[in-house]
Amino acid sequence: MSVHPMIAALRKHKAGVILIAMQIALTLAIVCNAIFIIYTRVDNVRRPSGLDEANLFLVTQQWVGAPSGDDPDSIAKLDALEREDLAALRAMPDVESVTPTNSVPLLNSSWTGSVALKPGSDLRGGTARTAFYFGDENELATLGVRLVAGRNFTAADVVNRAMRDQRQPSLVIVSKALGDKLFPKGDAVGKAVYFNGDTMPTTIVGEVERLQVPSTSSWSSGFFWDTTIAPIRLNANFSRYLIRTKPGRLEAAMRAVTPTLYKTNPMRVLDDDSVKSFADIRSDAYRADIGMAVLMGIVCLILLAVTAAGIVGLTSFWVGQRHRQIGVRRALGARKIDILHYFQLENLLIAGIGALIGIALAIGLNMVLIKNFEMSRMPIVYVLGGLVVVLLLGQAAVFVPARRASNVPPVVATRSV
Amino acid sequence: MFAYYLQLGVRSLKRNPVLTALMVMAIGFGVAASMITYSVFRAVSGNPIPDKSSQLFVPQIDNWGPQQNEKGEPSGALSYIDAMAVMRAHQATRQTLLYPVMLSALPHDVNSIPVSINGYAVTGDFFSMFEVPFLYGNGWNANDDDRRAADVVLTEEFNQRMFGGANSVGREITLSGHDYRIVGVAKHWDPSPRFYAVWSDSAFQDPPDFYVLLNRMLDLKTDSSGRNSCRGNLTFTGWDEWLQSNCVWLMPWVELDTANDVARYHRFLEGYAADQQHVGRFAWPPNVRLRDVMAWLDQMNVVPPESRISMVVALCFFVICLVNTIGLLLAKFMRRAGEIGVRRALGATRREIYSQYLIEAAAVGLAGGGLGLLLTSIGMSGVGLLFNADIARLAHLDVSLVGLTLVVAILATVAAAFYPAWRAAQVQPAWQLKSN
Repeated sequence: MSVHPMIAALRKHKAGVILIAMQIALTLAIVCNAIFIIYTRVDNVRRPSGLDEANLFLVTQQWVGAPSGDDPDSIAKLDALEREDLAALRAMPDVESVTPTNSVPLLNSSWTGSVALKPGSDLRGGTARTAFYFGDENELATLGVRLVAGRNFTAADVVNRAMRDQRQPSLVIVSKALGDKLFPKGDAVGKAVYFNGDTMPTTIVGEVERLQVPSTSSWSSGFFWDTTIAPIRLNANFSRYLIRTKPGRLEAAMRAVTPTLYKTNPMRVLDDDSVKSFADIRSDAYRADIGMAVLMGIVCLILLAVTAAGIVGLTSFWVGQRHRQIGVRRALGARKIDILHYFQLENLLIAGIGALIGIALAIGLNMVLIKNFEMSRMPIVYVLGGLVVVLLLGQAAVFVPARRASNVPPVVATRSV
Repeated sequence: MFAYYLQLGVRSLKRNPVLTALMVMAIGFGVAASMITYSVFRAVSGNPIPDKSSQLFVPQIDNWGPQQNEKGEPSGALSYIDAMAVMRAHQATRQTLLYPVMLSALPHDVNSIPVSINGYAVTGDFFSMFEVPFLYGNGWNANDDDRRAADVVLTEEFNQRMFGGANSVGREITLSGHDYRIVGVAKHWDPSPRFYAVWSDSAFQDPPDFYVLLNRMLDLKTDSSGRNSCRGNLTFTGWDEWLQSNCVWLMPWVELDTANDVARYHRFLEGYAADQQHVGRFAWPPNVRLRDVMAWLDQMNVVPPESRISMVVALCFFVICLVNTIGLLLAKFMRRAGEIGVRRALGATRREIYSQYLIEAAAVGLAGGGLGLLLTSIGMSGVGLLFNADIARLAHLDVSLVGLTLVVAILATVAAAFYPAWRAAQVQPAWQLKSN
């Protein structure tokens, strides 16, 4: 079949051709960008945290009438309150392990700083950025992260310190990612580093396999796996406890934790938001990502449906308009399959032109998103995937009216003039 | 004639039910997607204090220097040293300093379990600057600030919880173990976004419970419950050293009535920063900013990126739906070429044909708008999927949104019909009559 008469015929339907091509182009541009957004968001959500998430929950509470000063007496009182709570929590039957902590992965409450190989380097001069977790000797066991080198903290390593006290810890455990960044040879254990531009060295005593920062925002993406655990029990008029329960006992432990803490000391604030399972922390952290992926998915589906409907509508109109011409062609010997192919090829031609424009639009839209919304560059495979999708969509949509056209009987040619 | 054409238009909706359904659905989906995302965008990008937004300014002073600041921008809050200096200079009509605090209280209604309450430590001008309405009593004045009085203003909602809504002015209240005198009860006032504390808090969280005298909070060494940002080598070990550090956490606001005042205040800030450079506290030239409310909200990126992206995508989607509608309207109108030919032959002008088909398109738009309204109201419940609860609760279907949905649907469809209707009006009567 020659394409030439087809193009000649399309010249008569300029408006319809432009409309279908435009629709295909815009659909391609949006669909491949949307799928790329879905992919990046889902990819974020699927990052494993490396924790024993199913059995973890977090308690954040505040003492009423606790001292707020920095004098040793106040700090000692706050530390006593905290240790009392820890003892009560550890005595609970369903609890496996408890640690005080300042934050946990995905909580989006961060304490960050710099780490350098030389003393006195400030944030910009530092070798790496890192997020800090402060806990006691049970921090690793409670999080469920695996030690790959060196040793864990012992109870003797743990010190207590006021929230506002900025003295650096004497020893830390770092994530393997941070250890390797500082010491590319992989021998970080036993080495000295300097935190936040301090001149006092801190010794790395161990490395954990993986532990992410608390933040999921884009500002932390540059050091997402670079974390430091310090053996410090922070004292303030509020506290956070991360609790790991025995397998399957999460709900029971979460129900029992409020009465247990009230029994230890009733002068505290423990409300609905105070006790949070890790599953809730995760769903809060990634709500926007999941929501965005779902929204984009829905938009894609409706968009493809609308475009298909548009093609069906316009092609049906053309079939109606060319009713007699089809009859004449059939009478002159064209087979049903020839008519079918004619419409299919016509659609491929239009969709092809539309898709070419669409590729340019898709890349343009991606650039707009990169510029304004901190998106990354879309790999070309998404554009090619989108191209295949819209071409197939066009073929599927044109099939129904094209079949109807192929069923026009030759006898139509003889009716009226 | 309009009514008659509209009637014809509505009747013609039934003539090609499939084509009509496709168009109505395209417009309905397109307009609904746009309206849902717009309702969120409208909520998060609005002006929280329209009558004063151009008189309220945030003074910013770079106390971190080019090595450590945020890409050349001074930080969005002040350190204690700079904040106190700016307040003491008192170069603005009104000025306030604030930071968020979390305390505890013992409500009378619940079974004596302490609850945590959130509020702001503020200075006296806060209430007059931001036009906080009062139910009972008043705020405090600058003298009370200087006296470092234990004064507190409760919000209407918190007063309800603590005192059952009674006039509590003059009574005592115990917060986190310290006694305060209630000087006023503020009427419900919750500007959204919460412009005055966006640097520290989420711009859309629950309204505060109280406003407490800032100097009193400092005396009690009460930490900020919001952001505290520090740079470089930190050596402090306690409250007093922390106050002298480069940590920023205090949010300043000034009220400046004329452009002259603004220019003068800007000069004052530069002068202050230059003095600091002079005495060796800053090792860099003055780097100050003075932004009004809307510029400040923009700088703080209050509108979540999800809101912009989803609105861009929804608008693109709507454009595709309209392109689709143009094609379908073209098909629908051109099918009736014969009918148009007869009307033209009987004396109808092109203009009349044109207006008839535009009105018919408006009927399609109205039906699409109706469907769009239905989908919008369903979709509103899905907003919580994409945005957190604080933002999702702001999106709602009100009268203006209903009106906007219908108007946008009709206007967009009429606009889409310009070309198809023009083609319809170009139909040659002779041609059509001949072939029939």
